[in-house]
Amino acid sequence: MLLRRQLSLAIRRPIEIGNPLVFFAIVVALFPLGIGPASEQLAMIAPGAIWIIALLSSLLTSDSVFRSDFDDGSLEQLLLAPQPLYLSVLAYLCAHWVVTGLLLALVSPVFALMLNLPAEAVGTLMVSLALGTAVLSLVGGIGAALTVGLKRGGMLISLLILPLYIPVLIFGTAAVQAAVSGAPVGPFLALLGAMLSLAIALGPLATAAGLRISIDA
Amino acid sequence: MSSRIGAAQKGLYNLTVMWTFFHKLGSPPWLYGIAGAIVRWLLPLTILALLVGAAWGLLFTSPDFRQGNSYRIIYIHVPSAVVALAGYYVMAIAGAVSLIWRMKMADVAMKAAAPVGAALTFIALFTGALWGKPTWGTWWEWDARITSMLILLFLYLGVVALYEAFDNKEAAGRACAILSLVGMVNIPIIYKSVDWWYSLHQPASIKFSGESAIDSSMLYPLLLMIGAFYALFTCCLLMNMRAELLQRESRTAWVRRLVKPDGPR
Repeated sequence: MLLRRQLSLAIRRPIEIGNPLVFFAIVVALFPLGIGPASEQLAMIAPGAIWIIALLSSLLTSDSVFRSDFDDGSLEQLLLAPQPLYLSVLAYLCAHWVVTGLLLALVSPVFALMLNLPAEAVGTLMVSLALGTAVLSLVGGIGAALTVGLKRGGMLISLLILPLYIPVLIFGTAAVQAAVSGAPVGPFLALLGAMLSLAIALGPLATAAGLRISIDA
Repeated sequence: MSSRIGAAQKGLYNLTVMWTFFHKLGSPPWLYGIAGAIVRWLLPLTILALLVGAAWGLLFTSPDFRQGNSYRIIYIHVPSAVVALAGYYVMAIAGAVSLIWRMKMADVAMKAAAPVGAALTFIALFTGALWGKPTWGTWWEWDARITSMLILLFLYLGVVALYEAFDNKEAAGRACAILSLVGMVNIPIIYKSVDWWYSLHQPASIKFSGESAIDSSMLYPLLLMIGAFYALFTCCLLMNMRAELLQRESRTAWVRRLVKPDGPR
């Protein structure tokens, strides 16, 4: 139910769904401008570039996951509610993933073509992005929960959670690069899946504890 | 029967002793005093061990047959890296203790460990870069271990920054505790990175079981330096804790008495 509420809230504010996508598109456009439009050069950096952009857009949006509900007090109600906070938090983060990560994964083929990524790697890119951004959302939730009560949380949250994003970035780009070179991608996707299961099991616990602290403070 | 009662009494006694110990551990003046006493004898020992270990390692061991004299930076690099990782455990365990049992002194320990650990991580990275130039021909390489040590540095800095960002220091301590526990994920990755990704950084030469890949004439000064760095970490931690205690308790009578022994009560 909470998931449906979050999703319908997001759909009612289409600008906020659109913002990460526009951000994605603009940063993709920056790469050819900054590095030069030579297509083989772009193809070489494409896996890493797309992953870094996905990471940044997840980071920028995760700051606001809990913020509005914290400000109007409904988060406090949620903490007092009988259902386990673990599940509520999971619903919030799942909604965040659907409107940022999943959406980015779905539109990523377009950007992959813009950056000249070989077509055979596009499928892997989508799958790795879908798996990886879910981890990013769950990890980002921890940072968001810890900083939601702070006035100047914006810069801090990137310092807190970017280090934790790094493993996802490593294996996400490794999967896409393996697909480009024709190597098996299974191991990398499996590692991303393992990280995802770990993040689902433990991430919401840390997030819930962080929310309790932020509400108390 | 009587022996049973005796055992029970003994158990009760042990429990009481333990309880008073915990009780005392929660008392800032007691902790302040005992930390001061430990530092007073540990610090000279540490300095002595550092001097002896450095002199032994830098002056009296034979140069490496392949690396020449440049390998000698191992006597700084390895101890600082080892203790930087151990310091993270100290910080995270102290954080867990303060989170679970709400022990304020564990919170003090966690806060005190973060900057020391960050400094040691920085030293490890810096000396690693200095060592890398003559031996690998590069200051920096995006090798798994180097990168994960860099992440460790960021984790330490994140804890420091998060603590400073909160106005409510109690909430700050608990938030940092959660962050440091989450960051624990990185520690096994750092330990294992050289085995999982067979990269430029060599695997561990010192092994607890089996033959070490380092000659004993080089190993002993290295072990001495590692011990000295542990002691140095402990000293810095305790001194930091003392400063933090004074700051937190600055309004209490015992701190005032300490600062002004014959001032107004």
